[in-house]
Amino acid sequence: MTGPRVAGVGVTAFGRAPERTGRDLFGDAAQEAIRDAGVEHDDVEGVYYGNFMGELAEQQGHQGPMMAEAAGVQAPATRYETACASSGAAVRQAVRDVRNGEADVLLVGGAERMTNLGTAGATEALAIAADDLWEVRHGMTFPGAYALMAQAYFETFGGSREDLAHIAVKNHANAIENEHAQYQREITIDDVLDAPMVSSPLGLYDSCPISDGASAAVLVSEAYAREHDLDAPVAITGTGQGGDRIALHDREHLATSPAADAAAAEAYEDAGIDGDRIDLAEVHDCFTIAEVLAIESLGLYEPGEGIGAARRGETTAEGAVPVNLSGGLKAKGHPVGATGVGQIADVVKLLRGDHVNSDAVPDATVGVTHNAGGTVASAIVHVLEVAR
Amino acid sequence: MSDGTESVRDRGYDDVIDAIAEGEGYYLECPEGHGSLPPRRLCPECGDDTLRKTPLPDVGSIDTYTRTEVPAPAFADDAPYVLAIADFGSVRLTGQVQGVDPESISVGYRVTVEVAESKTTGERLLAFRKR
Ligand SMILES: [Zn+2]
Repeated sequence: MTGPRVAGVGVTAFGRAPERTGRDLFGDAAQEAIRDAGVEHDDVEGVYYGNFMGELAEQQGHQGPMMAEAAGVQAPATRYETACASSGAAVRQAVRDVRNGEADVLLVGGAERMTNLGTAGATEALAIAADDLWEVRHGMTFPGAYALMAQAYFETFGGSREDLAHIAVKNHANAIENEHAQYQREITIDDVLDAPMVSSPLGLYDSCPISDGASAAVLVSEAYAREHDLDAPVAITGTGQGGDRIALHDREHLATSPAADAAAAEAYEDAGIDGDRIDLAEVHDCFTIAEVLAIESLGLYEPGEGIGAARRGETTAEGAVPVNLSGGLKAKGHPVGATGVGQIADVVKLLRGDHVNSDAVPDATVGVTHNAGGTVASAIVHVLEVAR
Repeated sequence: MSDGTESVRDRGYDDVIDAIAEGEGYYLECPEGHGSLPPRRLCPECGDDTLRKTPLPDVGSIDTYTRTEVPAPAFADDAPYVLAIADFGSVRLTGQVQGVDPESISVGYRVTVEVAESKTTGERLLAFRKR
């Protein structure tokens, strides 16, 4: 097993904070991560930062150096943008640079400000992850795109709105004790089924909320961790990325996510594991159907089998492989650029044993994160393991 | 959609929308037979740069659809509307299904494509109609 250690993580609460700027949010997350890691600010050699809609939300491009400043770090900084997988891409680059000896200590993270745009503005901003010419101009929204995938899934494999509702109910249940989550409240199957429709077959409770928030992690080389006697038991041992055509209609299959299949295969090969070694997963459930596509791409289920996983109790906190113990994007919230590193932070804490839901997975040693951009035209998967 | 782009013609895209409006829609095809939508310099499948205009079939069939209740601001007055992906052989198109009872639409539904306008902005969009 090789790969950088995650020496520290930090996240702000995800939720509504329209009065807080991106730099304010990221400053908080970065400070917590650096403190958690126990590294000197001076030792940080680079800042790898994910953000998607900063130009629209804050009229601010060139956010890398701004965020290094917010973190109190004097180092080169680059912003990564792959829609909702932006900070996943930042992690992937950081993992590769630590591995190849380019750096010993890197700060990775992401932030997004969304609620200040209002619901209509955020809907419009999210849609820019789709193809402007051939999708957005004809009425495609982000929920609409996933609704097209959900309908295609039902048509191809079967499944129902009630199957999807079990995913929403599960992820809300997982978030109840998570003080960083946007929604710390239980919902019922009927709540989901009776909620207003957004884009059929997806209703309001099939969708993640619009959120503000930031996340950060400090990645260090094994050598640095040893020399500085850091308590950093979790390593990122596998990284993979897959790509696909930007417009949904240009894909061969509308009910699967081949980019995530490729990302998972690459990450597993990189880590030298099989899908059956996985103890827990944090996946990109921006809509309930997205969790189904994710767990199938991760090899936890065959195509067509993932739809019933939550209903059967297999991916709940008590199940064999809990999925989204954090509450997922659905209940934890989805400040787009912060999500990828937010998932890393949750898996690190779950494996270290200091997550609010660690009791659900006391013997876990292998976790995966699945972070998707657009309608999964971008996908990034990471494998995290407790180093022995 | 966004500010400042209205006056700029999207060459390739606007050309094909004009052609669809005239009932002479086309897509681009490379020597290998890969179909794609303009604008293209290269085939996105194989990178070949000899793309020729090939007539879009008259009839497509719906692969998937959704009734959108919550639109983006640019479609505020259009909602609710049915958005669909329809298969026209070598290419698929995304558009709004118009002029039919939404309840009657299902996968496999046969449609033609034409150009309609957004009720909200007057911008052109693709509309599918029952064959
Ligand atoms: Zn070709």
